[in-house]
Amino acid sequence: MSIWTTFHKWGSPRWFYQFSGRLLPYLAGLSLLLLIGGAVWGLALVPADYKQGNSFRIIYIHVPASAVAMGAYMTMAIAGAIHLIWRMKLAAMVMKAIAPIGASLTFLALLTGAVWGKPTWGTWWVWDARITSVLILFFLYLGVMALHQAFDNRDAAAKACAVLVIVGAVNIPIIYWSVEWWYSLHQPASIRFIGESTIHPSMLRPLMATLSGMYLFFAWAMLLFTRAEILDRERNTRWVQDLVCGVQEQGVK
Amino acid sequence: MAMHPQRKQRLLIIVFILVVAGLAAGLLGYALKENINLFYPPAEIVSGKAPVGKAIRAGGMVQKGSVQRASDSLKIRFVVTDYSAVVTVEYEGILPDLFAEGEGVVVSGKLAEDGVFYATEVLAKHDEKYMPPEVSAALEDSAAKRDMEGASTAEQNINDPAPAEKAGL
Repeated sequence: MSIWTTFHKWGSPRWFYQFSGRLLPYLAGLSLLLLIGGAVWGLALVPADYKQGNSFRIIYIHVPASAVAMGAYMTMAIAGAIHLIWRMKLAAMVMKAIAPIGASLTFLALLTGAVWGKPTWGTWWVWDARITSVLILFFLYLGVMALHQAFDNRDAAAKACAVLVIVGAVNIPIIYWSVEWWYSLHQPASIRFIGESTIHPSMLRPLMATLSGMYLFFAWAMLLFTRAEILDRERNTRWVQDLVCGVQEQGVK
Repeated sequence: MAMHPQRKQRLLIIVFILVVAGLAAGLLGYALKENINLFYPPAEIVSGKAPVGKAIRAGGMVQKGSVQRASDSLKIRFVVTDYSAVVTVEYEGILPDLFAEGEGVVVSGKLAEDGVFYATEVLAKHDEKYMPPEVSAALEDSAAKRDMEGASTAEQNINDPAPAEKAGL
């Protein structure tokens, strides 16, 4: 099977609906396990930080929420590009599904950041490059959601949103390197891709658990929202009607 | 595996959009560099780049041994350094918990003609290192041992032994 056959198969909403349905329980179970396990591990079992004491423990929510908020945006931008290039409708549905999830994660990142900032920095909020660029990310997500609502025509909405999403993708590297490029209150990244991370391994392990748990949660939510969008758009097709009627008959029996 | 010419063209348009948007953001970021930077390091204040008498922020490390507290008020005086220049800061009020000598700080206020920075707010800037207290104590022990061994040759150093790394600027 060539790569293009796989690609086109994935582009079929019906096939996507059936395949994702089988993935959902595994994603939900594993993400719940990692998020709850990692949170208990990080909040109760890991020693306090030498400088910040217990307030550092919010890292186990703050970093996963921030990282996945950015990862979600990149996923949305790639979906937008696929939609623009191949006119794949499924990619447009994925793009639409991601926006509210990304907005929620970004809000969580900003909220936990403020709650963390008060006891450590001494302020809830400061207009430094990192915090401001993440606020822009939040507005980008809200903008994508609003733009979807503004169009009556779905294809026109998807096209406009895809362009907005792609232009906004420029913000992602700005967020990541903002703490290196400009003087900011926010400290540089602790998890390094190259070289040793500056967070002690005993503290890093539960963070990796909640981080991967958050990625799986995002995958789960994205599939769930996309499936809802598929059912809505394909409601006049035979397979959706069969599916819904079948469910109703089962319910009656 | 050749791409359909029309799709290839759309891909090129997307790449073009990204390049233009990136360029625009890059130019904007460069032009607004002074405004995006949250604070001035002492070196820029001493060299006269920071405006006098205007509300600005200064940032750096609190120099070890420089903190002087008033006995009858919350008034405090300390020196902020970026290891190439120093600025004296005066402040009256509550300090964040993480404020300490040898740690990062961002202060907002006004620079006076006499070169003293009168702060109205002091924020603590911590670094990206997280570790349990035992690990930190062990690191300090081994650093102290290393200092003892090199004490005969090294001059007495008021500043931090590893300034560039700890500056966190």
